[in-house]
Amino acid sequence: MNYVIIGNSAAGIGAVEGIRLLDRDGKITVISSEQEHVYSRPLISYYLSGQVELAKLKYRPDNFYEQNGVEALLGDRVLRVAPAEKGLELQSGQRVTYDKLLIATGGQPFIPPLKGQSGENVFSFTKLDDARSLLAQIKDLKEKKIEGQAVILGAGLIGLKAAEALIKAKLKVTVVELSERILSTILDEQAAALLQSHLEEHGVDFILGDTITEFGGNSNHLKVNLKSGGILDCNLAVIAVGVKPNIPNITDNLIVSKQGLLINQQMETSQADIYAAGDVAEGYDMLKGLRRVIPLWPNAYNQGLVAGQNMAGGNASYDEGFARNAISFFGLPVITAGIIDPPAEDLAAKAGYEVLTTGCLEKKTYKKVVLRENRMVGFINLNAVDRAGILTGLIKEKRDLGGLKDQLLSNDFGYLSFAEEWRREKLWKG
Amino acid sequence: MQESRREETLRMKRIYALEEHCLGCKLCEVYCVASHSVSKDLVKAHKTEEITPRVIIESSGDTSFALQCRHCDDAPCARACITGAMQKDPVTGIVSCDSERCVGCWTCIMACPYGAIRRDKYGRSIISKCDLCAEEGEPSCVSHCPNNALIYKELEANERGVE
Amino acid sequence: MSLTMKSPEFLIDRDDDRCINCQVCERQCANEVHYYDHDLSKMSAVDLNCVNCHRCVTLCPSKALRISKYPLEYKENYNWSAEMINNIFKQAETGGVLLTGMGNPSRKKIYWDHLLLNASQVTNPSIDPLREPMELKTFLGRKPERVEFNGEGNIVNLPPQLELGTPIMFSAMSFGSISLNASKSLARAASELNMMYNTGEGGLHQDLYQYGENTIVQVASGRFGVHKEYLNAGTAIEIKIGQGAKPGIGGHLPGEKVGEEVSRTRMIPQGTDALSPAPHHDIYSIEDLRQLIYALKEATVYAKPVSVKISAVHNVAAIASGIASAGADIIAVDGYRGGTGAAPTMIRDNVGIPIELALAAVDDRLREEGLRNQVSLVVGGSIRNSADIVKAIALGADAVYIGSAALIAMGCHLCQKCYTGKCNWGIATQRADLVKRLNPEIGVERLKNLVKGWSHEIKEMLGGMGINAIESLRGNRLMLRGIDLNPNELEILGIKHAGE
Repeated sequence: MNYVIIGNSAAGIGAVEGIRLLDRDGKITVISSEQEHVYSRPLISYYLSGQVELAKLKYRPDNFYEQNGVEALLGDRVLRVAPAEKGLELQSGQRVTYDKLLIATGGQPFIPPLKGQSGENVFSFTKLDDARSLLAQIKDLKEKKIEGQAVILGAGLIGLKAAEALIKAKLKVTVVELSERILSTILDEQAAALLQSHLEEHGVDFILGDTITEFGGNSNHLKVNLKSGGILDCNLAVIAVGVKPNIPNITDNLIVSKQGLLINQQMETSQADIYAAGDVAEGYDMLKGLRRVIPLWPNAYNQGLVAGQNMAGGNASYDEGFARNAISFFGLPVITAGIIDPPAEDLAAKAGYEVLTTGCLEKKTYKKVVLRENRMVGFINLNAVDRAGILTGLIKEKRDLGGLKDQLLSNDFGYLSFAEEWRREKLWKG
Repeated sequence: MQESRREETLRMKRIYALEEHCLGCKLCEVYCVASHSVSKDLVKAHKTEEITPRVIIESSGDTSFALQCRHCDDAPCARACITGAMQKDPVTGIVSCDSERCVGCWTCIMACPYGAIRRDKYGRSIISKCDLCAEEGEPSCVSHCPNNALIYKELEANERGVE
Repeated sequence: MSLTMKSPEFLIDRDDDRCINCQVCERQCANEVHYYDHDLSKMSAVDLNCVNCHRCVTLCPSKALRISKYPLEYKENYNWSAEMINNIFKQAETGGVLLTGMGNPSRKKIYWDHLLLNASQVTNPSIDPLREPMELKTFLGRKPERVEFNGEGNIVNLPPQLELGTPIMFSAMSFGSISLNASKSLARAASELNMMYNTGEGGLHQDLYQYGENTIVQVASGRFGVHKEYLNAGTAIEIKIGQGAKPGIGGHLPGEKVGEEVSRTRMIPQGTDALSPAPHHDIYSIEDLRQLIYALKEATVYAKPVSVKISAVHNVAAIASGIASAGADIIAVDGYRGGTGAAPTMIRDNVGIPIELALAAVDDRLREEGLRNQVSLVVGGSIRNSADIVKAIALGADAVYIGSAALIAMGCHLCQKCYTGKCNWGIATQRADLVKRLNPEIGVERLKNLVKGWSHEIKEMLGGMGINAIESLRGNRLMLRGIDLNPNELEILGIKHAGE
């Protein structure tokens, strides 16, 4: 069997490992436009802040390709896929054939159309090269003994991780966010406010409900024009308003839905023998009951793993997709998953939602669980993350919580909170 | 999630807790720390080394039990790990975390349905979890439990309640 | 009372260089001796609460604990010992009866230690039990005057017999006085060792019916838990008249120990005190006893031997003779060092006589009256090792009961605080968190090991004497010599002095 995987990140690696669960011998070719060995994109902020060195960005050991019998074509691009001949044409001129093909090209930063942004000190922050460029700029500022100032557009995960890293690199940082709160997709109002004040204590300035309209000035001294009319001075800017699927324009006949490549629960696309997984694909969100891109690492890896098994003739499926995030800012950890803020209209319509919260402002803790028909559908654990995975597990389990509901927020929530039989069933299964 | 894989990759011994015999004495925790110390000396391990126990003891009233990583077949922690530090060994089945590569992002804590992964007690950005005392043959918590409340064995699939 | 004069009995000595503050001692002490001092960031102890049960010492992972006698001397006085004075303080403060547990610890002569066993030299050579068969099998019950055979050559009309793989039985300890896990351990060990355990006056818990073949069910003055299924569940029935630790008085299981399971098993309301009267109110004579014996035989269609247990008291020989004539198949005699879950200290330490003397006297009397074959003789209180057993059998016993030794095998450290219900070893308690501390799997293993070890030793001693069956030792007092005994004692024991 001849497997070709386009993409070298979580989904691609998941696929390699998925294939090898079933097929030890088939040929695997991985094609990536990046030159890098398998590295972890979420770690670039740790690299930028100096918390981890370059060598530790590796997601798999140096001998990963060798051990898994992978031929890696790095720094190359797929120009065209010809499903009829099962062949690929690469930028380098090389031609590759496949029996099973996986598209795992991930996402790419979404850059809103802004005037004057072509300046060299406006960055994205999703790839290792972005971190490298930022580091070069920071180094340059230091050499010139300029006290650096940065403006970040977007208070999402990427924007805030960039903000933290830049603060640690001794820059002054202002985050501009269109929404009225930070991390609006994964935190509710209370949690966002708590985290915002924590970030402010560590030096991050926020301008909320505003956005950037234009970059002016020169490359060393940017002038950022805000929609509200204000102007910010800075030495560098990071645009982090979101990512979108990186759908390669390489073949017709693939159904592209609202956002990504449409796949079923087996990760098959509309084309025979072509699979897709990860941030490029629209998988199934079990909580929302619809297909959507869930651009998160565990999701990408799992989809890749399932795709790999199916490419190798297995019968795997993945229908446990839902949003989930673990992230820390200046030592304050947050874990959230699922539906954390049911839409007001659903709450008003009494759609079976129930929301429980607890917390302590002084200790900067906040816990929230969201139930639907007495089943776990989401939670926020802010600065109280220990054992949060049990809640994630409950979301997957979709089981009526019964009396367990009353224990969910308690400080010593654990398996003792479960009914004995349920506990035994779970602990002996592991 | 439904999966396909070769049969032999699922066989391994695991630790199971017998609640009815657990005293909640926490000796498992004490010996876990000693086993994972550099000195391998119980007193020095506790007095001079900063080691987070890899076992969690839940206790309330008369009921208590020790909980260690279940070394799940599908190891959601390893699949969620963003650094590759958390790995399930395909031969032994042991899920272990390489603290050199762990950055303390806590994604595994988000993923572990047993809540069996702990953050380092001493503020380092690393996690701590059971490795079944891979180097010692039998997990230290099991061999030191004063009341045989922990067993280390391979259960048949039906005993574990999985298909 | 404003001032207490109680002083600690024991001193906790903690080696702070070794203590790792794991608090295992604190969690394991039901007497709340140990605690973590948050101000000093170290462990500390309330010596006064310590009963010296060694639970903390045994479990301390860094071996940081030592316990010693509290070094508080009174002015030297042979008559007024510290114990006497402290007892008076206690009673002056409470007005109560002094209570205690386990057997009489007082410094009185232990006759076992004054008996010496024989061994063969040259003539009648000794036997090596590792090379040659050695029989410990013991049958308890009335032996027929003559043996009758049927046409096929099988013995018929044989009274019911208890068959033991070794001449040892676990003595009566009720569920209530000991935990269910302790009862389970005894029952399972007995069944795996082909021996008997005894329910005591606690009824038979539903989980233990499965061990019926190895169970002696007891009927005592409170008649707790006695019904037809119970009587028929075991292989023998024992009527308890007395107990070595507390002759002449009844039993008292405090209401707090009568939880759901004890209540169901004893058939009494939850939380009520279980009071066993001092006498059986239907027994005032040997004839009354005979009625009860036969009532029980009738209820079990004469299929089970009936035993009568008495404490060793002054007239034990005459009483035993009466019991034999009353139709008992087994007489069990419990010596004054026998254990108890709770007894008044004064009774335990001052009433009754040593089992060695009682045994010799009873055996002699039954022989004299030609009754010895009609009953088997079982002794207990207290058998401490296998040599005690060999000596008991040479003195005339058919088998022995072991109680304290069995409890010690399961972890009892003889702190004598059984009556408090806070047994840190999970034996003499009904507190769920403490009961758990005795894992029956472990209890069974330890009991089996003890009995196996003792049986091996018995075989070694028998072999040394040139005897290859325990039957041949029974009543063979020539195998015994006394040491440091006066002529009176030698005469009662029916043995010669060493050297004679």
